[in-house]
Amino acid sequence: MLLSRVAENVYWMGRYLERAENVARLINSTTTALLDLPRGVQLGWDRLVRIIGGEKLAAECLDSLDERSVMRFLISEVRHPNSIISCVKYARENGRTTREIISQEVWEQVNALYLFASDQAAASLGRRKRFDFLNAIIVHCQTINGALAGTSIHDSAYQFLRIGRNLERADMTSRIIDVPALGLLTDPDDAGANPAYAAVRWMSVLKSLSAYQTYRYRVQVNVRGPAVLGYLLHEGVFPRSVVHCLAAIGNCLAELPNPETPQRSLGRLQRFVHDADIDKLAEAGLHEFVDELQKGLEALHSAVSEGYFRLNQAVA
Amino acid sequence: MLLAPASFVLNKCVRAIAAMTIDYNCYLPGETYDELVTKAGHPRVAARSLCRHFSKLSDAELDEHRKAVDLAIMALGITFTVYSEGDNIDRVWPLDVVPRIISRREWARTEEGLKQRLTALNLFISDLYGDQRIVRDDVFPEEVLAGSRNFRPQCKGVVPPLGAWAHVCGTDLVRDRDGTQYVLEDNLRVPSGVSYMLENRHVMKRVFPELFEDYEILPVDDYPNQLFETLAAISPRPGDYPEIAVLTPGIYNSAYFEHSYLAQQMGAELVEGPDLMVSDDDCVYMRTIEGLKRVDVIYRRIDDDFLDPEVFKEDSMLGVRGLMRAWRKGNVGLANAPGAGVADDKVVYAFVPQIIRYYLDQDPIIPNVPTYLCMDRGEREYVLANLDKLVIKPANESGGYGMIVGPKASRAEREKFARLIRKDPRNYIGQPTLDISTVPTLCGDHLEPRHVDLRPFVLQADRLYATMGGLSRVALRKGSLVVNSSQGGGSKDTWVVETGKH
Repeated sequence: MLLSRVAENVYWMGRYLERAENVARLINSTTTALLDLPRGVQLGWDRLVRIIGGEKLAAECLDSLDERSVMRFLISEVRHPNSIISCVKYARENGRTTREIISQEVWEQVNALYLFASDQAAASLGRRKRFDFLNAIIVHCQTINGALAGTSIHDSAYQFLRIGRNLERADMTSRIIDVPALGLLTDPDDAGANPAYAAVRWMSVLKSLSAYQTYRYRVQVNVRGPAVLGYLLHEGVFPRSVVHCLAAIGNCLAELPNPETPQRSLGRLQRFVHDADIDKLAEAGLHEFVDELQKGLEALHSAVSEGYFRLNQAVA
Repeated sequence: MLLAPASFVLNKCVRAIAAMTIDYNCYLPGETYDELVTKAGHPRVAARSLCRHFSKLSDAELDEHRKAVDLAIMALGITFTVYSEGDNIDRVWPLDVVPRIISRREWARTEEGLKQRLTALNLFISDLYGDQRIVRDDVFPEEVLAGSRNFRPQCKGVVPPLGAWAHVCGTDLVRDRDGTQYVLEDNLRVPSGVSYMLENRHVMKRVFPELFEDYEILPVDDYPNQLFETLAAISPRPGDYPEIAVLTPGIYNSAYFEHSYLAQQMGAELVEGPDLMVSDDDCVYMRTIEGLKRVDVIYRRIDDDFLDPEVFKEDSMLGVRGLMRAWRKGNVGLANAPGAGVADDKVVYAFVPQIIRYYLDQDPIIPNVPTYLCMDRGEREYVLANLDKLVIKPANESGGYGMIVGPKASRAEREKFARLIRKDPRNYIGQPTLDISTVPTLCGDHLEPRHVDLRPFVLQADRLYATMGGLSRVALRKGSLVVNSSQGGGSKDTWVVETGKH
């Protein structure tokens, strides 16, 4: 028997852990890509702020969008709810209110992640320490996922955690696809002139999702826009592709009571993604497509929320 | 083991200082009773192996142990929350590396005394909400009852299952300089601390496994089972496996850690007020992802005042509307029962010895600290004339708030309390300042005596149970008597040990 409030907390713990990990991956891959670009080419750090959707808050918090300010905003800024430090804090708070159902081992790991991040975040903004710090965050998150998979009871609570994780993951993948759509595909100047640099950017997209290696293995064509797009949206066996995340959510819903409403919402979204014509999208309309996709994810979140967290039900 | 002759002690002491090791023979207890070491500086029988072990540790090793304890506590996330200027701060639970030791033989008697006390208190509470025989028989003054803030008229006439009102009691014990143990207070509302007792043991096992080889230490970890059994016994549907919930005010409460810990250990649901609702059938339900599920017993960790906005504080966001209705109808078990706090009043406390005699026809096994009631004219005059020698406590506060320790208080504070007492004499009691016992505690790199109390937890429903030992709290500041963790107190693992073989 799972309390609605607890289900919601676990769901958000899953989301925030995933978000912390995703932001860490995103920063690392972008930094790496940056090192490859010619000196004259600006791969603006504000791109990261846009992916996270933090433009408005960044304008309030930051004087400039130079590397260090953006890093502070994304890593250690407590006013920014999607900074790594905030995500880790919220993950822990949500874990703390559900300690009675998550295993001791998982709690110790979540707590360790929090202690590590609070201790190190502010000192890890410069490039030298940043990489190690972000890698450690990723490893911590992976350890927690491992402990969850290996020591938690795979009951309803676990399904909510996975729904949260996969929704968040699909959301981040869609955001990462979207930003090159804004800048890259139609980029009139700079790197556009040299196809090698366009490839670098798409490689950076793949790498931010840890998808580069598997892409090479599965797709076996050079890195180019449409193929990458197709891979990130449609490759069912890649665990960060949108279809994979949605399928995982479907499996979770099947384990839960009264899943019909969220299942309908999920089905609509799955059809929408499935019907996407990648070659057309690569030419035009990707941004609008991603917008729709995000709306679909939001609708799915609401359906889960209404169906399980905000019930005003009759006696069961 | 033979006691070492004095010269040997001295030699060892000198060597110890030279080698910078910690040595119990160098530890100088103060004027008062020390729990581990005699006046002459020898370890008490039950503490011998422990002292031997510690005297073998070098400074570096001891420091390592302390760090290991701190790390384990950090890793386990054992915290408590402190309110300070409107902020909530999560502090790491302070556990001292040196355990406090009690012999099994001594404990057996204490245990008996605790059970006796709770039995009498439950009879007393039942009586107060029933016929009030004790008042009519002039054993307990009506005016004390009339002035009791925790007497809940809404509970009159209710007969809870098994006649138990206070199912969980935390009794604070202290020892005076001659070694006599006293009850300092009974906590019958929402006593906390038991999770720290359990976690202290957990940490000590993790950090000092070798110490546990030398001793037969009685286990404490069956408490969650015992608590579960106690709660199950008051279920309104005794045939079924009971649905038990721990009701917490939420994450910002100072004892939230404990609420979640106990729920987890018992396999109960941890709920907040909004998770629960009382339906038209006057039964309590919790909101789950599958719909509403009936709750049989609620171990509530919120005060009476906030329990039910229909009956108590109207603006309570923590409670459940209709909960009292459900309880009065016998559709849900509440532990502790509403109104049980009537016996958790420092004026009522003064009457506990009479209460024990009245209901059980027995002499109290553990004595009370002598208590002067300010409501009594003669005793009030005595208190006012001796403010510099007494501890003054308000009747209904807990956590060490709103009290003064006369000998340590400033003149202005004493004058303030004199005014308070004159204004509301029913609300104050005076007690002699006890020379509370000490226990060796790691301060910096050496051991110093620090004052200590003990809070055992006692359960009552269909049977009685007392923890093996309890939570030992130490005042970490030199000379301080305040042991509350919210005010800079620390804690110790408490061992009840079998000494027969030594």
